[in-house]
Amino acid sequence: MDTDQLIRSLAADNPHRVPRVGAVLTMALLVAAPLSILIFATFLGVRPDVMTAMHNPFFDMKFAVTLSLAIPAIIVSLHLSRPEALLRGWGWLLLLPVGLLAVAIGSEAMMAPAMPMTMRLMGKNSRVCLVAIPAMSLPLLAGALFGLRHGAPSHPALAGALAGLVSAGLAATLYASHCTDDSPLFVATWYTLAAAVVTAIGAAVGARVLRY
Amino acid sequence: MRGREDEWTGLMRSAMAGDDAAYHRLLRAVTPVLRAAARRGLARAGQPPDQAEDIVQEILLAVHLKRHTWDSEAPFAPWLFAIGRNKLIDALRRRGRRVFVNIEDFSETLPGEAPEETASAGEVAAQLNTLPQRQRDVLQSIAVESASIKDTATKFSMSEGAVRVALHRGLAALTAKLRDH
Repeated sequence: MDTDQLIRSLAADNPHRVPRVGAVLTMALLVAAPLSILIFATFLGVRPDVMTAMHNPFFDMKFAVTLSLAIPAIIVSLHLSRPEALLRGWGWLLLLPVGLLAVAIGSEAMMAPAMPMTMRLMGKNSRVCLVAIPAMSLPLLAGALFGLRHGAPSHPALAGALAGLVSAGLAATLYASHCTDDSPLFVATWYTLAAAVVTAIGAAVGARVLRY
Repeated sequence: MRGREDEWTGLMRSAMAGDDAAYHRLLRAVTPVLRAAARRGLARAGQPPDQAEDIVQEILLAVHLKRHTWDSEAPFAPWLFAIGRNKLIDALRRRGRRVFVNIEDFSETLPGEAPEETASAGEVAAQLNTLPQRQRDVLQSIAVESASIKDTATKFSMSEGAVRVALHRGLAALTAKLRDH
């Protein structure tokens, strides 16, 4: 087929319309979310003392941190789904949770410690955290990758890593309501490790499936 | 150069608003530029220029299937050249080349490069033969025999809607086969 003929067939297909990447990503995440919530409800559940915990600013801070990862990651991943997009100028959005954690760690350090630092850092749930966040992330990661496949990222591995951050941020938001370790030191250590695992999986899978 | 790129952006806006003729004109206008850039990239990688047309056709298919990622407020050329660059890199990688594609390969066009006649390429044609019968028939009819959707529908006793679906699926399948082969 010569190129003019190909162009003719493309022009004939011009009326075909598809939704924007943002709409497909939203739908895919909404389809995946019930699976992650099912894992949460079956194996974890909300911590029993949640009503009192809500008055602890460090409990609330966990949600601020996880959502400040998930929401900017969604925004940046949509940006990167355009072929000409660069991370430059957008990457700082991904530093929001880091900044929040730094502030939280600083404020906790200024208060009279309820527990020694190593106990706050190690917590009681580090192993559950390392398993639960990646496990709840997987359905969401599959959804995010499916949604981003609709785009045309120039760097598929990077876009896949962003899908990992989206799903880890959302899964960590669920997990935060289960976990009784509220110290920002615990969050900075174990949530970060768990998110790093999911991000690495997202990058590896994204490198294969997000090529267009 | 500026004027040309502004014209492309205008044509693409019309195309997205449903003007098929503007879309046709746009694709024809960008093709010689893509072809020259593909040749330049191949030459730089020490590859023969005769694969350029395969790359051009892959770029055009990607442009078509990913046009919803173009932001109609943004200029068209940077978006187009980003896809061109990605497809050139993919093509060179498939041929086992370690690649460094110069950004300028796509963003600059040397003045005086004559627009060339249409050329045929092997890969799209070869993959076309692996498509399901119906998709192949429809693509052949519209592309090669330049039949309209309506005439194609009559010829194969299909509804126009079914022709449109087969056409789109055929183009999407072609693109996937070119990417993964």
